Amino acid sequence: MRAFTNVPREIEEALEKWSVAPRRSFLKSAGLLAVSIGAARTGLFVAAARGKAGGTAQTAGPYPDIDFRQLDSWIVIHQDNTATFYVGKTDCGQGTGTAFRQLMSDELDIAYEKTACIMGQTDKTVDQGGSGGSTAMERDAWPMRRAAAEARRVLLEMGSAQLGVPVEQLTVSDCVITVNGDPQRSVTYGQLIGGKRFNVTLTGANIGAITGVAKVKPVQQLKIVGQSPQRYDIPAKVDGSLKWAVDVKLPGMVHARNVKPPFACATLVSVDESSVANMPGFIKVVSKGNYVAVVCEREEQAINASRRLKTTWEKPATAPFPASEDLFKYIRSATPTNTPDPVVVGDPEAAFAGAAKIIEADYEIPYQGHTAIAPAHATADPSNGQMTMYSNDMKAYGMRTGVAAFLGMPREKVRVVWMEGPQGYGRTAAEDAGCEAAYLARELGRPVRVQWMRSEETAWDAKGPAFAVKLRGGLDAEGRLVAYEYDARSIDNNHIVYNDPETVLIAQFMGMRKATINKGSAAIPSEMYAIPNRRMTMTVVSLPTVWETPLRTANLRAPNGPQSTFPAESFIDELAVAAKADPFEFRLKLLTASTDDDASSRRARSIAVMKAAAEAYGWDTRPSPKPLGAGDVLTGRGIAYAYLGQTVVAEIAEVEVNRKTGHVWVKRLVCAHDCGLIVNPQGLRHSIEGGMLYALSRALHEEVHFDTEKVTSVDWISHPTLTHLDTPAKIDIVLVNGDPHPNRPDLAPYGAGEASCKPMMAAVANAIHDATGVRIRRAPFRDARVLAKLRAAGVQSV
Amino acid sequence: MSTTTLKVNGKTHTLEVDPSTPLLYILRNDLDLQGPRFGCGLGQCGACTVLVNGMAIRSCIMPASSVKGEIVTLEGLATEGRLHPLQQAWIDEQVPQCGFCQNGQIMTAKALLDKNPTPTDAQIREGMSGVLCRCMTYYRIQAAIKRVAKVNAEARPTREKEAVA
Repeated sequence: MRAFTNVPREIEEALEKWSVAPRRSFLKSAGLLAVSIGAARTGLFVAAARGKAGGTAQTAGPYPDIDFRQLDSWIVIHQDNTATFYVGKTDCGQGTGTAFRQLMSDELDIAYEKTACIMGQTDKTVDQGGSGGSTAMERDAWPMRRAAAEARRVLLEMGSAQLGVPVEQLTVSDCVITVNGDPQRSVTYGQLIGGKRFNVTLTGANIGAITGVAKVKPVQQLKIVGQSPQRYDIPAKVDGSLKWAVDVKLPGMVHARNVKPPFACATLVSVDESSVANMPGFIKVVSKGNYVAVVCEREEQAINASRRLKTTWEKPATAPFPASEDLFKYIRSATPTNTPDPVVVGDPEAAFAGAAKIIEADYEIPYQGHTAIAPAHATADPSNGQMTMYSNDMKAYGMRTGVAAFLGMPREKVRVVWMEGPQGYGRTAAEDAGCEAAYLARELGRPVRVQWMRSEETAWDAKGPAFAVKLRGGLDAEGRLVAYEYDARSIDNNHIVYNDPETVLIAQFMGMRKATINKGSAAIPSEMYAIPNRRMTMTVVSLPTVWETPLRTANLRAPNGPQSTFPAESFIDELAVAAKADPFEFRLKLLTASTDDDASSRRARSIAVMKAAAEAYGWDTRPSPKPLGAGDVLTGRGIAYAYLGQTVVAEIAEVEVNRKTGHVWVKRLVCAHDCGLIVNPQGLRHSIEGGMLYALSRALHEEVHFDTEKVTSVDWISHPTLTHLDTPAKIDIVLVNGDPHPNRPDLAPYGAGEASCKPMMAAVANAIHDATGVRIRRAPFRDARVLAKLRAAGVQSV
Repeated sequence: MSTTTLKVNGKTHTLEVDPSTPLLYILRNDLDLQGPRFGCGLGQCGACTVLVNGMAIRSCIMPASSVKGEIVTLEGLATEGRLHPLQQAWIDEQVPQCGFCQNGQIMTAKALLDKNPTPTDAQIREGMSGVLCRCMTYYRIQAAIKRVAKVNAEARPTREKEAVA
């Protein structure tokens, strides 16, 4: 049996049409029940008016919040002993939906194959916010587990009443409750409650805290957790049958394309509608403030019209930002906009004064963008005085609130249907497109599909802040690290938060200015090194202009993680070199120099992942760099480590550096990873693999280029990304937590994905140094940059 | 507007469209074949890839009027309800993360293997190099292609033997 990621009402009919037979029969029952629940919840039942194939007109709202304290909001059990789980999350492609099903199936005692998971539909699923921060297993799976455990408890009580036997004398397995020692006497979940409501109220101050009377099972009793069922969303992704957010078609739907200002902070002087009025399919130019869009009947017509529309713009009086080649000079000299208190341990100044050797280094990481594989998009339907959004925004619930506030509509009149989309790893432009589609749909009074073009996405999507980091370290006569200073400056101008109706791009273009500018943040290293004296600062600076600029900052996968870990873990290698120590041994000594640990054993687990990575790689203990090899291709290995929350990860990169071209190929990667309880080992491995290679792309390729008025990296030529050619020949992933430690029976699951992104940049830089003796302190490590450094060091010639 | 005839996945369609319209929009919006997807509109990423006479082409920059030959989209790969071996390998290897680019990956791999059923690792990397994935599932994609190539390699001697006999 296969199940769907999502079954929006509007495309349910179409989905059924494409379904294979077993899928269709299941879908039908799930769909019918979902409708009956919706009716019970709202007291309304309005039959969807059937439109033409591919879509139906939306049902009239309002769409009240789903009551997360009702067990029925989380779980529906059908008469055929299948179940549908309704969760308030979205799946960005890491298989979290599959993992939720595993956890809930285990708690409920139902076979995984008999379940389906509906997520991210604001009128059907409880509000868990959507996705972000690798919180799926760590935080949001808990209420799901507790709800499923409570459902099992209630069903056992019902079974007890039905069979006339105390609960203690009953056994349950895959929906069948049996009297112990008398297997003929049994009753199924479907017989007890199939198609009916639990009517059980849960308790808890908020959705994260909800619980019933039942406790979740101890880890040792979980049977489905720890297995690797295949992801349920993948078959439809490879046979072409899945409907994505880009695929939504609605009766009367029209297509819009934006006309972005040709430079940052520009003022629109004029729009000449007559320049496109005679083009085929033309409907309207929508313009307010500096926001301009063209709406046409067909998609390609809207694209053509947006290119042909004549607009004139006025440049700002002063340049809105420095050119990218001057960015780091600017970051170092700009007046700080946020200076949190430094983190100080011991007496760093005195320790530096007494150090036998002091080294210093400066590191630089540029702005890097999301640059999704598909540009931002959304479809909005204004039928019935409501607003229905079809979007891949991972924060579906936030989009509901954000769109309602942006349009000045009651929240109850807005619903968001989350559908699959291109990778969403942070605050992407999907949110900007959402408000644009909603605004245009209201203006037109028709469903509107909007999508950005490639140049818009790459130039105007939100960026991860650039960092300039100064490091200083003091070693004593024995080569021990006794003094450490980490001074980060991030350029995090007006950091945009999720679905903020005042900072979404269309609001900025329309002249909205938020009273309080978000100050943003920098980050400090995340390691468990015992350094007796340290001082770490996190200073934030801003661009001169923070509104209507393509250089707007926001969360990018593992926010500020690569930016802080690249300098920190490269510099630890520099210190190891100064101490003439092996970089792995040097780190291990820093980790074992203290026995202080926290409740989750983060220090002990850090040591374990370091050792596991070294063992899996076959680490040969020696100081770096190794003696310079002969020939054009030099090889080396580098290690780096970090934690994110309670997840610890160590990564080793083996590189080939071509001294004639500067080209770096990461030939082999090893990752040792501990994220506590593993729900789906295969899913976890693939998520780690993706996270590592994503970070490798940022290490080797990604950088936002700009002159003093516009972003100049606008497509896959001017803004390259990792390709098949860069792919390592071998990747080894060691799940250090593969078997729950006997001393940790209730091992918690921690966030898995983002942690794997953090150490990669440093591991590669350390490997390049090991191979060549040349230290690269500026990301990305593109051929020209590496070649220039090799040349300067005299390594280029054999 | 003019009349354009397209043969897609074995069916012939006659449409009244602007002949300069890129094939992608006709497939997606007129023929409801949404396997090919818009990624860049510049022929740089491969998300829109379809096969024309067995060649992997970028439908986002190919005017519909210039398409001469039989088009196959992702939806047309399965035959008689059975997935193409590459599609099955994609499931067996659990390739996708978000999956948005995988149309281009699968269609390009199909064209690659049709031309060379047993490519070397280097030929796979080279042959696939123009198709981008932003979830970086490249390692897994290559594993899936190798899986099919291995089956092809095992099948070939048998076929050759039969041919000789």
